[in-house]
Amino acid sequence: MAIKDYIRERFFPQMWCPGCGHGIILNGLIKAVEELGLNKNDIVMVSGIGCSARISGYLDFHTMHTLHGRALAFATGIKMSRPELNVLVPMGDGDALAIGGNHFIHAARRNIDMTAIVMNNRVYGMTGGQYSPLSGYGTLATTAPYTNIDHPFDVVDLAVAVGATFVARSTTYHIRQLTDLIKKAITHKGFSVVEILSQCPTYYGRKNKEGNAYEMMELMKQTTTPVGSEAKKQNHDLIETGVFVETDKPEYCTEYDKIIERAKKDN
Amino acid sequence: MPKAKLKEHKINRRWCKGCGICAHFCPKNVLEIDKDEKAVAARPEDCIACRLCELRCPDLAIEIITE
Repeated sequence: MAIKDYIRERFFPQMWCPGCGHGIILNGLIKAVEELGLNKNDIVMVSGIGCSARISGYLDFHTMHTLHGRALAFATGIKMSRPELNVLVPMGDGDALAIGGNHFIHAARRNIDMTAIVMNNRVYGMTGGQYSPLSGYGTLATTAPYTNIDHPFDVVDLAVAVGATFVARSTTYHIRQLTDLIKKAITHKGFSVVEILSQCPTYYGRKNKEGNAYEMMELMKQTTTPVGSEAKKQNHDLIETGVFVETDKPEYCTEYDKIIERAKKDN
Repeated sequence: MPKAKLKEHKINRRWCKGCGICAHFCPKNVLEIDKDEKAVAARPEDCIACRLCELRCPDLAIEIITE
């Protein structure tokens, strides 16, 4: 199938700013679904609120645009009732980890079979460029004109700590890797997290003097390294990309089915 | 797999926002942003059909058609 078969053309051109990394994630995600040969009627995409959340409107899957931070909660309900469907949950950094922080850690802890895609552009773009939990210490935002004093956390470390069974990171610069990791995450049975570093040239890039879209992508190329590389040992500031965790653990819906069977036997 | 040969850069000018990602990362410097701030294939004869422009376009505005 061609790209056009997976999108709702009537909503294009899409509403994101010129050079927004979220469009590249949309592009890579379509490619991943196409290469996996998934039927679009077997996919449910659930999103929350924010620039990132608009992605569900552009894709011709079953889609739900839900409450800020609550996408994983809605997705859990869908997956529990229809476990045969592929559930994809794209979220922004603020959506997933500030407003939806609790949903994120508990969905990962339960190991429910779905794919969480964290589109991390380190800012609340839609509402005017406020700093997010991942903006980082010393960065500038419209709400931090004298620099941000909040420390960020590492999405990958958090996801690993709370028990996600597939954890990976890529960037919009590394488009082939991005597509490959989304494919692996969709195929993985259990809770998968893929963090994708995305550029917001309008707010984060402009405020922090990181340049335009492609200059921000060049920066991603320079500041990242494959996981376990020699370069990371030399320079601790480098951000690792690739697959961090890929393990098997009993999956929530499968375990729930077993509980139903056990309960039936008792009656 | 034999190398694909370019037939055409299909650029949707209505969807293109002229961000310049395609032109900047093209390994053969095939693409340019024109005066209307839209991507154009200025030197299609140099294209090696690597599809990096198509894959990285945030606006889904580029399609590489091969023979």
